[in-house]
Amino acid sequence: MPPSALVEIRDLNFTYDKRPVLQGINMTFPRGKLVAIMGLSGCGKTTLLRHIGGALKPNKGYVRMDGQVMHELDQDELYAIRRKMGMLFQFGALFTDMSVYDNVAFQMREHTDLPEDLIHSLVIMKLNAVGLRGAQDMMPSELSGGMARRVALARTVALDPMLIMYDEPFAGLDPISLSVIGDLIRRLNDALGATSIIVTHDIQESLKIVDYVYFMASGVIVAEGTPDELRASQTDFVRQFMHGEMDGPVPFHYPGAEYRQDLNLRA
Amino acid sequence: MNVIDTIRGIGHRIINAVWRIGVAARFFFLTIIYSGNSFRRFQLIVRELFSSGVMSLIIIVVAGLFVGMVLGLQGYETLKRYGSESALGVMVALGLVRELGPVMAALLFASRAGSAMTAEIGLMKATEQISAMEMMAVNPIARIVAPRFWAGVISMPLLAALFSAVGIFGGYLVGVVQIGVDEGSFWSQMQAAVDFREDVLNGVIKSLVFGTVVTLIALFEGFDAPPTAEGVSGATTRTVVTSSLAILMLDFVLTAIMFRGA
Repeated sequence: MPPSALVEIRDLNFTYDKRPVLQGINMTFPRGKLVAIMGLSGCGKTTLLRHIGGALKPNKGYVRMDGQVMHELDQDELYAIRRKMGMLFQFGALFTDMSVYDNVAFQMREHTDLPEDLIHSLVIMKLNAVGLRGAQDMMPSELSGGMARRVALARTVALDPMLIMYDEPFAGLDPISLSVIGDLIRRLNDALGATSIIVTHDIQESLKIVDYVYFMASGVIVAEGTPDELRASQTDFVRQFMHGEMDGPVPFHYPGAEYRQDLNLRA
Repeated sequence: MNVIDTIRGIGHRIINAVWRIGVAARFFFLTIIYSGNSFRRFQLIVRELFSSGVMSLIIIVVAGLFVGMVLGLQGYETLKRYGSESALGVMVALGLVRELGPVMAALLFASRAGSAMTAEIGLMKATEQISAMEMMAVNPIARIVAPRFWAGVISMPLLAALFSAVGIFGGYLVGVVQIGVDEGSFWSQMQAAVDFREDVLNGVIKSLVFGTVVTLIALFEGFDAPPTAEGVSGATTRTVVTSSLAILMLDFVLTAIMFRGA
């Protein structure tokens, strides 16, 4: 066990409704690194993230974060360790009844006794880091998708977490917002000395910023490596995924009856 | 074979209903247990008092006025037959304070504030705001549910009292100002006949019970709603239907206990 790993996943198995979602997952997330988990929609990426956050309990195996096994913690211990984590949800999940400022200040007010003027300075600094100091009085409904994602990012890092998790941070963004978010993820990780896990299927954007990649398909890891190793990879699946080819190990057709039979043709 | 399926279906539904009641009861206890934070930071409750209580003021005042006016009109027509028009004040006041104030205010509160609570919490769940809060190590029951619960419990008796007061004024407008019942007997008979403990306090207890039940149903339905558009709309409908029925049934039970033989 390398001592530098912040999060370790060993032989993780999870079954939902008798359907295996995760099977024998082994992953290591070294401190200070930016690691991506990639795969097709529905391959179990988000489920894996929920295990790391302690929201789901595995059927077998474990997730160890900073020396503690997540599924053995009780509610108080779980909340204590979650204070060291930040999670960016797919569409930001900003609190719609609060302004941008109050969203970023939320955790500081809930978890600390800091005086309001200190909170003010911290919030302004966080918003400045994502370039949205000028939007502090806006409500989440007034923000564009890219801005909402940046506010959510500022809120995620409000208490300087050790571990930052991103669930599809690039989904539904325009090309400019896309590279802004990608660049912010890398810079925040390095500036905070944090460890980041990105769950995504945006291959081009994430290969630019991450240190290591795990590829998942149907609940198992099918490939892993640094971005350079993957670009050079000759594995069928990786090639199909990287180049967005229609047919390959992942078939275009969802399994079903014979085409002729569905068309009611007689042989 | 068909009969067995039907019986199985009925049994399944009953088990589901009982199971849901159990989940709701657990939700209620958790809400009470995690209420400490709301009272330490009372501004959380004040915010919800504004959105559920203050925003319901207009509907309560307007409805109360018209219900009181109808009571004045109908009461006068009936009492006139027995030559006891002077008891109009008593009739209007007792009707409102004992029954119509708590019940009507609770029904209006369920459709105005209860449905809004369910929709808001259901949408918070659908947009992952509740999951986000949990990931920030903030208990959503303590932060979202408990302040709304106490705001509902606090505002309900106040709204019911306001409803009764405005209703009595409505009865006065129709009975005394328009029809011409003697003003002195209208007020003095009312004052003599309405007992504080027997009538007013029991009305307050009723509205406290209704406030608890309506708010709890609204919050539970929101928290339990499937995170989809149909899920939230179904939950909102269930809030209004279930809480209206609960108010009317509980009203009968409470009336039977409070005013038996009185």
